[in-house]
Amino acid sequence: MTSPRHIATQLLFLLLPIGISLAVAAALVIAVGRDPLDVVDALWKGAFKDSRKLGGVVNFWIPLALVSIGLVVTFRAGLWNIGVEGQMMMGALFASWGAMFIPLEGALVPLLHLLLIVLAALGGMAWAFVVGALKIRLGVNEIFGGVALNALVNVLSIYLISGPWQPRIGGSAQGTEPFPKAALLPEFSASFPVNLFMIALVIAAFLTVLGLLNATRWGLNLKAVGVNMRSALLLGVATERTSMSAFLVCGALAGIAGSYRVLFTFDNLRPLASGGIGFLGLLVVLLLSIRLLWVPLIAFAFAAILTGSTRLQIAPSLKLDASLAGVLQGMLVLFVILFQGAREVFFPGTLPDEQQASTPPPKRREGEMK
Amino acid sequence: MNPEFLNTLGSIIGTATPLVIASLGETITERAGVVNLSLDGSLALAAVTGFAAAWTAQEAGIFDVPAQIAVGIAAAMLVGALIALLVAFSSIKLRRDQVAVGFVLTLLAADLARFLGADYTRIPGPQITRWSIPLLEELPILGPVLFRQNLLVYFSYFLMFAIWFWFFRSRGGLTLRAIGERPQAAYARGARVQRLRYWYTFLGGALVGLAGAAYSLNVKPGWSSPPAMQGDGWIALAIVIFGGWHPFRVVLGAYLFAALRAVSSNIQTNGLFLFGQEINFPFVLLNALPWLLMIVTLLIVSGGLTERLLQYMPRAVQRRLRAFLRSDPPKALGTRFEME
Repeated sequence: MTSPRHIATQLLFLLLPIGISLAVAAALVIAVGRDPLDVVDALWKGAFKDSRKLGGVVNFWIPLALVSIGLVVTFRAGLWNIGVEGQMMMGALFASWGAMFIPLEGALVPLLHLLLIVLAALGGMAWAFVVGALKIRLGVNEIFGGVALNALVNVLSIYLISGPWQPRIGGSAQGTEPFPKAALLPEFSASFPVNLFMIALVIAAFLTVLGLLNATRWGLNLKAVGVNMRSALLLGVATERTSMSAFLVCGALAGIAGSYRVLFTFDNLRPLASGGIGFLGLLVVLLLSIRLLWVPLIAFAFAAILTGSTRLQIAPSLKLDASLAGVLQGMLVLFVILFQGAREVFFPGTLPDEQQASTPPPKRREGEMK
Repeated sequence: MNPEFLNTLGSIIGTATPLVIASLGETITERAGVVNLSLDGSLALAAVTGFAAAWTAQEAGIFDVPAQIAVGIAAAMLVGALIALLVAFSSIKLRRDQVAVGFVLTLLAADLARFLGADYTRIPGPQITRWSIPLLEELPILGPVLFRQNLLVYFSYFLMFAIWFWFFRSRGGLTLRAIGERPQAAYARGARVQRLRYWYTFLGGALVGLAGAAYSLNVKPGWSSPPAMQGDGWIALAIVIFGGWHPFRVVLGAYLFAALRAVSSNIQTNGLFLFGQEINFPFVLLNALPWLLMIVTLLIVSGGLTERLLQYMPRAVQRRLRAFLRSDPPKALGTRFEME
């Protein structure tokens, strides 16, 4: 099945949605009276001009890759963890609490960092547990539970920032005081400001989840629950526990992602510190139809677009809103999904054998929207 | 009754109107078996399009104000309808997951709204003005609450009754409910399931677009970033569930949310007094109330919790209470229908 013609079709169905998204984005840019080539130039320079910019890309990539890996797990179980954004934020809150109130210094700093990351994971898991319990035990659809919990943690963080945790001087809703130096995750170097430990953690999480999904009974159970809850139950899978475990794994990774935002990117707790990265993670995973293998790469591409977009506002020839990045990313995912459908429906012969039989994930079960 | 209190009730009805229209639109769509999850983004994009169109008409100076508003509303409805059609098309024709497409469109439409709205941020434009209904506005209590509003509000009343009539008193409505509950059976009886789903999704989407225009041309005039109605799309989706896909209950849900929001924002500006004592607590936490209400209402209508509590009730009231509290979605909601 790897004839040249086959490869050409594969490539066509990969490039067509990308090409169309770029064309529509270009049309939008022209419509507001700017030059698309200037946009490309700004995005590229904003992301890759020097090693500092590249560091910025990596700093978006770390949390984005973490949440995306977690979301592969929940999607496998057929769950829509839109609450991932709030789970990030809860991780950020827990890590912030630790950073402000755990007095470890000097030789104990590595221990402190470890504690903070564990705290953040626990925070994310706690919030994921609520979504999971609402869904599994109490029948509240996880999409709405997640949306509400996202909003609740945002209210909580604004309360903390403007109340108990407000800076001693000039308290406002902008953010807490910068955390003590000891709590902040160290930079690799001034010219490449990233945290190596976290990069290692992303790689470790990726490999672990890859192994768990493909080589363990748990991975199989997840898939069974995701494809058909009822037959999984009949086959003896503990469906409730499996679904909950998916939420908890995703929550832990999201919490750690949130901690990176406050302990490295910002150095303090701010409202909306999660910055939409959780939602972006959902897009990454949807783009890949829940295939984990390509997550790090696509997350990197999305992180680059996001980092580059900050330059759209400041480049003198552009002065464009940075939301263009989101438009581009959203269209990419939309057109990829639509073209997959068009291919299955109109050109089923062009699909690789193993995909011809399967229907596209994630699946909804009948009558589930409640 | 205290006229100030009546005015407050009136303003709650007014500010709830976009929520009412959006939830009713989504109710129609979901009754046909399609979930349009894109509401939060659709509202924003429709709002900014409606405002931009009305403003452009105003700048062109060829229309009078009502015509400018009409242009804005038409543009907004078109945007809402097109997004909904995209959801329907991807599900019906391309066999994609409605939730996935709807979610992507939520984010995409919201970002598109921000991008296109950048040039329209915080500028004044045409607004829908109040028009009291003669005679009816003089009614005691009802007059100041219901009939000193604008045309959109009156339209929302009409919409509620029209939808109720269509759903439960017309032949077309019977078919509509059938294609959302048991599409196979409806098809066997001659209903053109796919085509009807397109039409109802289109109609529901157009109403969502109208709700978007109701924000930018009336309730939250103009455009700002982040948009003033951010989050309301999700609340509207939850209201549809709370309302059990019944127009009256949906509208009640929308008013309930709006009332809660009015109370909490009033407390945040004026403080809270009980028995002449000022009560102090961090009022920012009140912003959590609508979302808590969302979780609680969903818990009540869809959860196993209600079932468990009902066990303790006397048998005589059990069935009535269950019918009152529980709400079950159209059986084929979110699923695809394949003709065989």
